[in-house]
Amino acid sequence: MAKKLAIIASKGTLDGGYPPFLLASTAAALGFEAKIFFTFYGLQLLKKDLSLQVSPLGNPAMPMPVPVPNLLQILPGMEAFATWMMRRKLKKKGVASVAELREACLETDVELIACQMTVDLFDFQDKDFIDGISHGGAATFLEFASEADITLYI
Amino acid sequence: MSDFAAEIDTSGLNCPLPVLKARKALSGLPSGQRLHLIATDRGANKDIPVFCKMTGNPLIASHETDNKLHFIIEKG
Repeated sequence: MAKKLAIIASKGTLDGGYPPFLLASTAAALGFEAKIFFTFYGLQLLKKDLSLQVSPLGNPAMPMPVPVPNLLQILPGMEAFATWMMRRKLKKKGVASVAELREACLETDVELIACQMTVDLFDFQDKDFIDGISHGGAATFLEFASEADITLYI
Repeated sequence: MSDFAAEIDTSGLNCPLPVLKARKALSGLPSGQRLHLIATDRGANKDIPVFCKMTGNPLIASHETDNKLHFIIEKG
């Protein structure tokens, strides 16, 4: 009997996109059956156009080349700059992109489930999302999670 | 180093890519054939043995040369 991993992905930032896809693709490589339930901002991770951003605002732990006070972080372009910096660093260090990890999940049959309630809430359309995903609700997730060896809320 | 049927070099790639690439390479091999995996990710030192243990693909040998980690994995 394969081990099972159940993840709720609730964040739609560049840094928030890594843990669900990274852990699920690795779990699948280790022989797990893995499912990710995408809810609220996590739905951004299922978009065809994966333009994820990271913000230094309200995140004092984010390493910056020079300390930037919060008041300056609200300036236009700061988020784009932080995102550019993070992407450059990820590439330089040989870290897979979120898109690559998502692709690895699809390749290894990780089930990607869009929360139907939040899809409706945000008026997202099926055409906004990549192919190969499914839809479900709280009961769908809980049924799988009740049998899972590992359950994570990210 | 023992004989191997396939080789992948993941030098420069970080976690979890060595494990993901090991899975992919092994899936193309028949049982009993061996894969030579090269990695520079320091985490692979622990992650590849865990991958081998959990997937039932025996780790035949591992060693380090020139800051590179070498693993010989047999398809189970």
